[in-house]
Amino acid sequence: MRTRFRSALMVGAAAVLGLALTACGGSDSGSGQSTQAQAPARTLTVSAAASLTSVYQQLGTEFQNANPGTTVTFNFGGSDSLAQQVVQGAPADVLATASSKTMNTAVQAGKIQGEPVVYATNTLQIAVAPNNPKGITDLASLNRPGIVSVVCAPAVPCGAAAEAAEKAAGVTLTPASEEQDVKGVLNRVQTGNADAGLVYVTDVRSTQGKVQGLDFPQASAQGAVQSYPIGVVNGSQNADLAQSWISFVRGPQGTAALQQAGFVTK
Amino acid sequence: MSRLEVDVAVTRGSFALDVSVTVESGEVVAVLGSNGAGKSTFLGALAGLYRPDRGSVVLDGRVLDDVPVHRRRVGLLSQSALLFPHLTARDNVAFGPRSTGSRRRVARETADRWLEMVDATALADRRPSELSGGQAQRVAIARALACEPELLLLDEPFAALDVDVTPAIRSLLRRVVRAAGVTTLMVTHDVLDAVVLADRLVVLDGGRVVEAGPTADVLRRPRSAFAARIAGLDLVPGRSCGEGLRTAEGTVIGGVHPDPVADDEPAVALFSPASVSVFRDPPKGSPRTLVPVRLAAMEPHGELVRLRAAVPDGGPGWVDGLAADVTPAAVADLAVEPGDELWFAVKAAEVEVYPAGR
Amino acid sequence: MTSVPRLLWAPAALAWLLVAIPVAGLVVRVDWPNFLGLVTTPSALAALRLSLETGLATMVLCLVLGGPLAVVLARSSLPGLPFVRSVVLLPLVLPPVVGGLTLLFLFGRTGPLGSFLDREFGITIPFSTTAVVLAQTFVAMPFLVVSLEGALRTAGERYEAVAATLGASPATTLWRVTVPVVLPGLMSGSVLAFARALGEFGATITFAGSLEGTTRTLPLFIYLESESDLDGAVAMSLVLVVVAILVIVVSRTRDLR
Repeated sequence: MRTRFRSALMVGAAAVLGLALTACGGSDSGSGQSTQAQAPARTLTVSAAASLTSVYQQLGTEFQNANPGTTVTFNFGGSDSLAQQVVQGAPADVLATASSKTMNTAVQAGKIQGEPVVYATNTLQIAVAPNNPKGITDLASLNRPGIVSVVCAPAVPCGAAAEAAEKAAGVTLTPASEEQDVKGVLNRVQTGNADAGLVYVTDVRSTQGKVQGLDFPQASAQGAVQSYPIGVVNGSQNADLAQSWISFVRGPQGTAALQQAGFVTK
Repeated sequence: MSRLEVDVAVTRGSFALDVSVTVESGEVVAVLGSNGAGKSTFLGALAGLYRPDRGSVVLDGRVLDDVPVHRRRVGLLSQSALLFPHLTARDNVAFGPRSTGSRRRVARETADRWLEMVDATALADRRPSELSGGQAQRVAIARALACEPELLLLDEPFAALDVDVTPAIRSLLRRVVRAAGVTTLMVTHDVLDAVVLADRLVVLDGGRVVEAGPTADVLRRPRSAFAARIAGLDLVPGRSCGEGLRTAEGTVIGGVHPDPVADDEPAVALFSPASVSVFRDPPKGSPRTLVPVRLAAMEPHGELVRLRAAVPDGGPGWVDGLAADVTPAAVADLAVEPGDELWFAVKAAEVEVYPAGR
Repeated sequence: MTSVPRLLWAPAALAWLLVAIPVAGLVVRVDWPNFLGLVTTPSALAALRLSLETGLATMVLCLVLGGPLAVVLARSSLPGLPFVRSVVLLPLVLPPVVGGLTLLFLFGRTGPLGSFLDREFGITIPFSTTAVVLAQTFVAMPFLVVSLEGALRTAGERYEAVAATLGASPATTLWRVTVPVVLPGLMSGSVLAFARALGEFGATITFAGSLEGTTRTLPLFIYLESESDLDGAVAMSLVLVVVAILVIVVSRTRDLR
């Protein structure tokens, strides 16, 4: 929960700061940026899954530095609603979802140029308290008496992944709660109300050590792996820029940032 | 039976009340006063709403000051009946006996007996919302008496009733209070309540007792202007003299002395407003006492019109508030309006002079 | 009847439409051919049943605890009553999620009370139906307290004063006079608390979690369904709307009596 607060705070702070900068820029227009303003100012709009927030924000800054005059704005949200927005014609140049299923919604609606590419995957880990005080080893050990475990509800992607892993392991978990999203699971473990939960590697990383992640063999089972497809939105005014964003994300800087966050890159 | 001794001093903001009253067992005492005289503060102190600064309330030898209200055995009947809206008339009356431990059947029998006493047997099964004001007050009387209080407090019990039902309820209350023989203290501003119900009268003004005594005596011979006013009499203070009474500035009011009075003693002259005649110009050769006044107000008073006097320019101060009751025809003949200067006249035979202060 | 200034009609109509149109839209959006099937899935029925049960339990808890609190607020003259009252009203203005968090910090396994209960009695509150009732009571309590305190103040202390002069002890007075006199307020307060409990979402999902049959009440079920099966979510939303309307109708007729 604390991280959620903090990130919310930072988003808020960033927004305020951004406003302030815009305001400053407005007041002394043409002095500081006059030399760079030679290149045409362009704005790239990226609709991206919420789980990509911190990686994409970092890459956005780097991308802007590498492409003077370009501004990258992000629209972070649930993959399902992002895809729906694109289908409904929301202005976006790039769509980056957290599942092939959601990307397919946009593809079938004819909203994606060509084939989307899967450039990263994310796998499940068992999140436990640091140093694993309850001695959790694998999925089966989550059913030990006295262990409180939480997972995502099967209706949401992380829950579907957990279900696939359970099936591969031949285990049926008896969770105390089926959360709406993976952050919910993470919070339960982080606040100590649950002993273990199934979350993604990237989520464990984001806690910076407040939660320990345990690998387990069934994490790579069919249907348990979360793939991250990306594509250029049909009708984009900045298709070339969108394409160079995709290349950037798949290039050395993107790969490094993704791996740093816990993604497996392709 | 129960004797009540009250001796309390209460200060509420700028108002100070200091009253001492004794009610003998089975006696009905009326505390009379106009608005602001301290009646409700007095009753509040009695009922335990205000804690007195000094003094105590003693009922039948029990000091009530620290007794919770529900153990005081002090019944209260106020101007609104306040019947419990969710109970029938019978259950309202049975409430007291039930609360003090009677069995349901016994309580209902008691209730029926008291409803009969107040001629409300037919109303037993009605809800308060189905009762008229007078009917509700009958039931409230039965309810207050059904728990056999040692003291009954009446707080302006008829003030909220329609004028046409008031006499019936008033005489009913008199009958049942007498029959029950309950020690009763009534607070009212209506002298008629006192006349009908009370053995004794205590007149309150400005938070103090200004007069007390048997009802008939106080009303017939008030010693204070205030008591005279509520008794509906005109009163002029002064000192006794052979002809009647001499006021401070020297006017002599002719009158009779029903009781022997020594000369030059503090005294009051009393006469009824109905015995006052009113003239535009002073009549010549009249044997009556003549007083110049300025007309302050005219108000209906029964079938007559009451003229209120104010002090005319240079006139004596005691004229203020004197009343004269005259027929509407006489008012029309006079063709007066407030502010006019008039003459009040009264025959010596209709003025009684009494020693002031008892 | 005084006549209403013409100026007010348009905003009044807009205000009404703002509420009515979305609800009407829900009715239009419902997949009617499959409606019965959608609202009678085992999961949906489990959620409905849990909501009704926890709602009733919440109502009882509000009555047992909030009733006395309302009497204290309306009748006692303790110093600091305004402060006490403001605290009770807090859940009305707090986002329910904040309520859920505060409950979690108190009753959670690592919270002061939660760790004590866990250590001494082996009781875990989060993820239990008890947690749902606690969360719902947290948000619903003010509704009962406010309407009951209002009813008590409107009724005044006159009847209670009369009862005392008739020899009724404070306890007798409470049961035989105060409670019957404020019964309509007590009823509508309870119904409101029940309704609020029925719609409770934020505090429940934060504090109690979401598990079918144990903690997944109707609102949580609808929220989860909206991720996967919008038709099911819409159908159950309509069920919730109908229950809410029933509750309002019941409480209004009580008021009118």
